[in-house]
Amino acid sequence: MDTKNIEEGLLRLILKAETEIPSDVIAAMKRAYLVEGGAAKMQLEAMLANAELAKKKRCPMCQDTGILTFFVQVGTDYPAIGILKEVIEHAVARATLEIPLRPNTVDPMTSKNHGDNLGSYMPHILWDFEPGESVHIVVLPKGSGSENMSALGMLSPSAGLEGVKQFVIETVKKAGGRPCPPIVVGIGVGGSADLAMNLGKRALLRPVGTRHPERLIATLEEQLLDLINKTGIGPMGLGGKVTALDVHVEVAHRHPASLPVGVVIQCWADRRAHMIVHKDGSWEVK
Amino acid sequence: MEYHVSLPIPLEDIKKLRVNDVLYVTGSVFTARDSAHVKMRGMKPKDLPFDPSAMALYHCGPLMKKENGRWIAVSAGPTTSSRMEEFEDILLDRFDIHLIIGKGGMGERTGKALKKTGSVYAAFPGGAGVLAAEKITGVSQVFWLEELGMPEAVWILEVKEFGPLVVAMDSLGQSLYRHL
Repeated sequence: MDTKNIEEGLLRLILKAETEIPSDVIAAMKRAYLVEGGAAKMQLEAMLANAELAKKKRCPMCQDTGILTFFVQVGTDYPAIGILKEVIEHAVARATLEIPLRPNTVDPMTSKNHGDNLGSYMPHILWDFEPGESVHIVVLPKGSGSENMSALGMLSPSAGLEGVKQFVIETVKKAGGRPCPPIVVGIGVGGSADLAMNLGKRALLRPVGTRHPERLIATLEEQLLDLINKTGIGPMGLGGKVTALDVHVEVAHRHPASLPVGVVIQCWADRRAHMIVHKDGSWEVK
Repeated sequence: MEYHVSLPIPLEDIKKLRVNDVLYVTGSVFTARDSAHVKMRGMKPKDLPFDPSAMALYHCGPLMKKENGRWIAVSAGPTTSSRMEEFEDILLDRFDIHLIIGKGGMGERTGKALKKTGSVYAAFPGGAGVLAAEKITGVSQVFWLEELGMPEAVWILEVKEFGPLVVAMDSLGQSLYRHL
């Protein structure tokens, strides 16, 4: 297996995620620009100009190039499963030097920055397996400004869906302008504490403007988006109509005595890119 | 009102700035975030290797690269200012700083310090790192790089027409974040 070729593909994947905002996000930002005025409009104008400039210059759009999370869906008949982890790690170290990315991983005990974005559990790789011959890799670089505002609520089941909404709104209000709104909110409802947070992060992978296929969940998404935009926090917390570009909810069945809610807040720069590695080692970055 | 000004801005001009005014600044800024704030809290002005009073304080952990022996800013937008809330009143007072540039706003403690020292907090659009880097014409010095690493080091940046900065907290105690 030509690992060098896959590594080149991963470099392209990381470069795309860091320098090109997905078109669904750009479209939502442009809609927000049309409805806002004053200081809020000026923020959106600068953000859109920045997105264009980053793409043109192939420079990371934000200096916080984030912690890289890789969502890897491995086809069980893919012939080189064993090399994937090492290739991803190697690509991250190279991307740090070559794109470049800001070295963000520091030792939690000593605060030492080793300069390569590697370390214990870094980059974060989440593995899934399914029948097939190819590998799908999505990278989600996420900065700390938004990640610091994420929250887990272990609600009492009697709080119900109203309690879920209340917790989400409280979390968004507490975050205010800090996570670089207009935000995208990923929410995991149910499961366990860790699963709810994981689902909240996975929910961010869905394109802005898409609804959950289940009607009840889609309705909850719409209600939450409306409530969040009524807070008036607005772009960068300077006040305005658009506080969130979208809300995505994913669910897991829960223990009858638990109602976990994982709220993962993403900044307006909802960066992500997708790559397919075929059985023969060839790849495409979308 | 929109202002195009050189740094340091005379104190009497800073006091005239009001929330929602737009600023474009030219001159020197120094970056400082969590670790630099911790260090500066423990230091006196005479112990610092740079003079904060001549510059704006920029909450930023830039992405830099070295080319032909020279540092270049690749992406250098603001970081979340609220993390510096517990330090800023001390720094404003001790180091004669009168313009803070950041994002997301700061709390009441800093608001009071801005009023007391006649200073303002101005917001640069978050995530607009390349736009910010375009306005950086030079990197004159870096301090504590080895010790703190790239994002936490203090970078002295020369900026030209750096903005748009929205005055979001002014010296009268007004804040655009308060209504939230």
